[in-house]
Amino acid sequence: MAEAVESPGDPGTTTPRPLFAGLSDISIPQDIPVEGEITIPVRSRVREFDNSTLNESVQNTIMRDLKAVGKKFMHVLYPRKSNTLLRDWDLWGPLILCVTLALMLQRGSVDSEKDGGPQFAEVFVIVWFGAVTITLNSKLLGGNISFFQSLCVLGYCILPLTMAMLVCRLVLLAEPGPVNFMVRLFVVIIMFAWSIVASTAFLADSQPPNRKALAVYPVFLFYFVISWMILTFTPQ
Amino acid sequence: MAAADELAFHEFEEATNLLAQTPNETTTRSDQLGPKGHVAVAMDSGGSYGAEDEVEESDKTELLQEEKPQPGFWTFGYYQSFFDVDTSQVLDRIKGSLLPRPGHNFVRHRLRNRPDLYGPFWICATLAFVLAITGNLTLVLAQRRDPSIHYSPQFHKVTVASITIYCYAWLVPLALWGFLRWRKGVRERMGLYTFLETVCVYGYSLFVFIPTVVLWLIPVPWLQWLFGALALALSAAGLVFTLWPVVREDTRLAAGVLLSVVVLLHTLLAMGFLFLPAAASRAHGISPSSYLSASSHNVATHPTEVRGSLGRLSPQAQEMVTKGSPETSRSFCYFPDFSYKANTFIFYAKVIQRIYIKAGEGQSRELPGRPSPPGGLPSLGRTCSSWSIQRAGLELSLSSATSKSGVVRNGGTQLEENCLC
Repeated sequence: MAEAVESPGDPGTTTPRPLFAGLSDISIPQDIPVEGEITIPVRSRVREFDNSTLNESVQNTIMRDLKAVGKKFMHVLYPRKSNTLLRDWDLWGPLILCVTLALMLQRGSVDSEKDGGPQFAEVFVIVWFGAVTITLNSKLLGGNISFFQSLCVLGYCILPLTMAMLVCRLVLLAEPGPVNFMVRLFVVIIMFAWSIVASTAFLADSQPPNRKALAVYPVFLFYFVISWMILTFTPQ
Repeated sequence: MAAADELAFHEFEEATNLLAQTPNETTTRSDQLGPKGHVAVAMDSGGSYGAEDEVEESDKTELLQEEKPQPGFWTFGYYQSFFDVDTSQVLDRIKGSLLPRPGHNFVRHRLRNRPDLYGPFWICATLAFVLAITGNLTLVLAQRRDPSIHYSPQFHKVTVASITIYCYAWLVPLALWGFLRWRKGVRERMGLYTFLETVCVYGYSLFVFIPTVVLWLIPVPWLQWLFGALALALSAAGLVFTLWPVVREDTRLAAGVLLSVVVLLHTLLAMGFLFLPAAASRAHGISPSSYLSASSHNVATHPTEVRGSLGRLSPQAQEMVTKGSPETSRSFCYFPDFSYKANTFIFYAKVIQRIYIKAGEGQSRELPGRPSPPGGLPSLGRTCSSWSIQRAGLELSLSSATSKSGVVRNGGTQLEENCLC
């Protein structure tokens, strides 16, 4: 058995021994084998990665990106404290969502250019410049989230509102009336709350604790404006 | 007891003056009463406490602020220094702007000479969106009452509202700061605020309009006027109390002119919020006859002359006036059914507003305001007689207010139609 010379601390009489002082006295008996393999887990995939993305089929490339986007959608729909959205940020998802939302919100007719709902460009500008402004705001307040990570999170959290837009469009196919409006209002409110909860779950941790409300309020305003655009959409 | 109270108040004021010189000091010393605290405060300032003059104080402030090495304006850290506020500080500043008190200078007592840009920026953004949204909501409510009104989201109101508010919240403080600097050059004893402090004061003073605009959804006329007057009083009082210590060293005339111009501009902004221009709400398909069936004034005979209150001054609206376009535009201005005198006041206030717009901008700019919710109610119909009495006065004022001759011809009828609800 290994024996190590250790003195239980005699209080007040002996000087404290330096750490690992008794190591040199350990004797290892012969019947314990000390052998094995030391392997460093080399990321040999990296090499493969470099070579193979050039040669792989287009479908593989696209599916990989789509799967990443889909995985992040799942993270938004079931917000947990995970870092996937922040670590592997990408802006494909926000682009898809923003374009979908802007296309659905666009008025079909040209009865009055000035008096209608938001045009495609307006929705686009609001979403992207709103996200940039909120990111700048949270960075200026001292948050330690990077610029594109924040854009990624804000863009992905538009997903519930896009789903609300789809539902609203379907509901509007039915006859108009107060019931119609109440259903749409209910759906939009639920999705708005979901967006806020999802984005706060990701963003709130990166702020200093006494400024969390200052950083979350612009997010609230942003999603409120988008919800308003969705709710007031009338298809004519 | 009275002496101690006097001492306490006196000390607090001096302590805040000292705090203005050294912004990083904590404020706990101001709570100490008695000569001991008095002496302690004096010792901290290095003996210059007793003989402080306004000029020296502001010089010291500038000096002490320059001692800290400021990062260059091209670095991110420079702008980060303007957002160095906590949630509790922002809420405290908002509370301070909501309840202005005569002795308390917003800059000294609330900002502690550390202005921030978070408050002004987001208060203006919120106000712009709230204006657009409530404007839209009043249209929805009006449509509920009268299904013939064509509803549309009117999204461009957001653009108009945000441009107006941001211009007001940044250009007016710039002008004010420039004016104060000029006066300080003329008279040495005046105090001075930095540009950011002025922007901060204006930004926080706009906060009171946010709940007011939401409360304007209630379609009760006198209540709307009451809320508007209350908001304007609070906001303008905050501005005046902040500016008073700075301008009181100046001549009476300059001080009076400055304060009255500040209050006037604020009033114009508030009225711009209240009277939403019809040029922004040029909605199609609204049949005037059903909307105004309760009104004694017959609009159906003049469908092409229904015009917006401010849209008339824009060039395209001007052409429509002279040519008579088939497209009708609703005027959602709101006039309660007051007496003749109140109508006169309202009318001349609108004239002044138009002068302000014409003088201020090169092109037509449509101020956001308030569409009229209660148009369908019979009690708000306008009587023709009260306006016909003022027609001569109207034309006269319009000719002086606008430089376009074409409007004068239709001036009287224009304003008649203009004030339809």
